[in-house]
Amino acid sequence: MTLATADTQKAPGGLAATLAHARYVISDNPVTGIAFGMFLVLVVCATFGPFIVPYDPLASDTAAALQPPSAAHWFGTDNLGRDIFSRVVVASRLDMAIAIFSVALVFAVGGVAGIASGFFGGWTDRIIGRISDTIMAFPLFVLAMGIVAALGNTVTNIVIATAIINFPLYVRVAKSEAAIRRNAGYVQAARLTGNSEWRILLTTILPNIMPIMMVQMSLTMGYAILNAAGLSFIGLGVRPPTPEWGIMVAEGSAYIVSGEWWIALFPGLALMFAVFCFNLLGDGLRDIVDPQRRT
Amino acid sequence: MLKLLGSRLATAVPSLIGVVIVTFLLTRVLPGDTAAYFAGPAATPQAIAEIRTKLGLDKSLPAQFADYVSALAHGDLGSSLSTGQPVATEIASRLPASAELTLAGLVLALLIAVPFGIIAAVRQGSWIDHACRIITTAGVSLPVFFTGLLLVYVFYFKLGWAPAPLGRLDVFFSAPETVTGFYLIDSLIARDFETFRAALAQLAVPAITLAIFALAPIARMTRASMLAVLSSEFVRTAKAAGLTDYTVIITYAFRNAMLPVVTTLGMVFSFLLGANVLVEKVFAWPGIGSYAVEALITSDYAPVQGFVLAMAILYVILNLLIDLAYGIIDPRARSEA
Repeated sequence: MTLATADTQKAPGGLAATLAHARYVISDNPVTGIAFGMFLVLVVCATFGPFIVPYDPLASDTAAALQPPSAAHWFGTDNLGRDIFSRVVVASRLDMAIAIFSVALVFAVGGVAGIASGFFGGWTDRIIGRISDTIMAFPLFVLAMGIVAALGNTVTNIVIATAIINFPLYVRVAKSEAAIRRNAGYVQAARLTGNSEWRILLTTILPNIMPIMMVQMSLTMGYAILNAAGLSFIGLGVRPPTPEWGIMVAEGSAYIVSGEWWIALFPGLALMFAVFCFNLLGDGLRDIVDPQRRT
Repeated sequence: MLKLLGSRLATAVPSLIGVVIVTFLLTRVLPGDTAAYFAGPAATPQAIAEIRTKLGLDKSLPAQFADYVSALAHGDLGSSLSTGQPVATEIASRLPASAELTLAGLVLALLIAVPFGIIAAVRQGSWIDHACRIITTAGVSLPVFFTGLLLVYVFYFKLGWAPAPLGRLDVFFSAPETVTGFYLIDSLIARDFETFRAALAQLAVPAITLAIFALAPIARMTRASMLAVLSSEFVRTAKAAGLTDYTVIITYAFRNAMLPVVTTLGMVFSFLLGANVLVEKVFAWPGIGSYAVEALITSDYAPVQGFVLAMAILYVILNLLIDLAYGIIDPRARSEA
């Protein structure tokens, strides 16, 4: 999704040109291609998950409880006899939704605050900088715990908490990018033609720093997934029996010591898969957007 | 050096003020009526009103803030709803457990990651460099609670090398006499080597879990900054002057390369203190993280607030120490202050 948007901006020559560019980028760096493939798998699972899984993710079957992986149950069954494969696939929607909404929220709030901070400077910058510093004074996961505990134990609040702890990161990136451009030729041209400052900020600066922000969003997606899963692992936000990777690992943790490894392993692997995918995708996007920073 | 200390302390003050304001605000945004919440579900309206007066919730917000700060200054963090114990005492008694685990994890991570990063930079392009890159990329994608569970499965269930993941000490041992609160050090002071061995066995797997988590950013930063330093002119000059590889790499390059690594430690601590909570949950470690998690499950509010505040203050202090360490390593930072 993020890749497609970045591409349309680069190559406004219609669908064919977009595809050609995507093919060129992927052939240039096979790792980005693999990451994009992994991303497609996640998108398919999140979109069609409930329709393609073999079992109902909530249906328990105590006769088939705690079975190791087999042909009938690829990832085995949990203590209530629920099919873990189905639960892992269906859970991708909730985990991805939490990450996407929190990243969108922090982009809207933190990104705009950062641009305003770099563009206006002065008091705006000082106030926003002070807010960022205060957030950074906390260990971030601990702050997220405190926020969810205070606002109430719901999925929405997990989204909000994850957005808040990422706020300083977005402010920093957007601020430095906007500060470079505050007196660029095209900004002065926009000002001369009579655009208001906020209009310049949103219609001239924002589109220009979008590619950098896209990279940032992809990299923080992975962190957002880890953070949300960590919160639900300790019992915040998502309630059982809802399938969610963090809570499934928590459910399986009691059975690790007695050797039923599959209950915790597969949701944990799914988490790793998603986080790894977004980290690789972010690195790949950075190569496309900013060739100088290639590693 | 004193001047440096003073200026660094001054920069920590705004952070501390911010932390106190945010934790105060977090206690006031409880959904619904805070007094009714603290009174419990079976309370009469009269009891709720009583608690409201007792908690000072009928006062204005600035007055409440003043009360909050003065209570803090007296070390009062309120009491736990479920146990009735004061939160401050409970946190103070559990802090050594968390600190021992976190420090063990950090030291282990440094011992592995720093040499690893140096070798990867010196032998750029070798298999060890590739291994470093793979490990650092994979390391940041690993959920720490998941690594912990995998290690429990392998070392406890499969191999039987590690004891059951149930706290700091096996039930057959009694805790050593408290001097530092760190079981490893206390048992050595008491010359009780059996207890030392048992405590070490309990600590090993959780500490390794944390170390794997902290290893990636440290190794990545060490490698990157060593690479930058090794290509600089003073290293070239040192090599041209005929100094041995050891002198060039350790005496010349390493000390300079350490600066960005020390700066990264601030971020590593932020992650470690968060990861600590998850690792404590996995290993039933009786630290402040599991105290907060238990309180969260029973919706017991004061311990969570106390925990967030304690962690934040700890983090501000750690950042201060990092700043000071920076001044010790780099004379330039000292003169700027």
